[in-house]
Amino acid sequence: MPKPEILDPQGQAVARALARIGIAGVAGVRQGKHFELEVDDTLDDATLHRIAGDLLANPVIEDWTVTRL
Amino acid sequence: MRIGVITFPGTLDDVDAARAVRYAGAQPVSLWHGDRDLAGVDAVVVPGGFSYGDYLRAGAIASLAPIMTEVAAAARRGVPVLGICNGFQILCEAGLLPGALVRNDGLRFVCRDQRLRVESAATAWTAGLRVGQELLVPLKSGEGRYVVDAATRAELAGEGRIVFRYAGANPNGATDAIAGVASADGRVVGLMPHPEHAIDPLTGPSADGLALFTSVLLRAAA
Repeated sequence: MPKPEILDPQGQAVARALARIGIAGVAGVRQGKHFELEVDDTLDDATLHRIAGDLLANPVIEDWTVTRL
Repeated sequence: MRIGVITFPGTLDDVDAARAVRYAGAQPVSLWHGDRDLAGVDAVVVPGGFSYGDYLRAGAIASLAPIMTEVAAAARRGVPVLGICNGFQILCEAGLLPGALVRNDGLRFVCRDQRLRVESAATAWTAGLRVGQELLVPLKSGEGRYVVDAATRAELAGEGRIVFRYAGANPNGATDAIAGVASADGRVVGLMPHPEHAIDPLTGPSADGLALFTSVLLRAAA
């Protein structure tokens, strides 16, 4: 997800589009990305965080979470 | 005949579309995305570009612009609508045409002069063409791969609503090499390649694209 202090014009455009289809009560929208990885059980959490931080996200502008399903 | 050409924030090809309308012998009318009426035009062109920066999905935000409510209402009355490239994406997002346009299979933006095979001359925008005829027009898109579920694809094929196919190698992995489709009544047509860039050999690879714009005039005269 873009960090809270990063302007997210895409999220803002989506928020305005919601108003156009008649939906009220959405205070804000922020748009991020979701990746699903199929991994070996041998990959530890540290490696998953490395994947997220080194490739999938740009830590300068984005925060991320890693969830095992 | 007056033909509206819509400009959204990020539209690129409205000037060429208006020029194509003029070359065809009709009067282009500029329409703005925030307009709430179509100024009484007889047909509408939704041109290419990157409306709203392709935010969310290409065409997604533009499909909800105020003018699109009017375009949808006009299409229901049988007013001819042509969507080119981003305009095609917008018409799909608006539900006026079936299917969706997704990232090219090679992940590359494709920019080339592309041969197209006419598959239907029974639409408002292809009445002046012959089935089997080939057109040479520019293709320039990164999200040009047409996808549609199997049932709809069979319906499109059965009803003669596949209007253009890519001739030769499939440039973007489009289902069944589909480059353009039509609505059930043949009045709304969308295609990824750009006929409006091929109306004069001085500035395009051919003048083949002009036939789409003159076709809609034939229908009006008939």
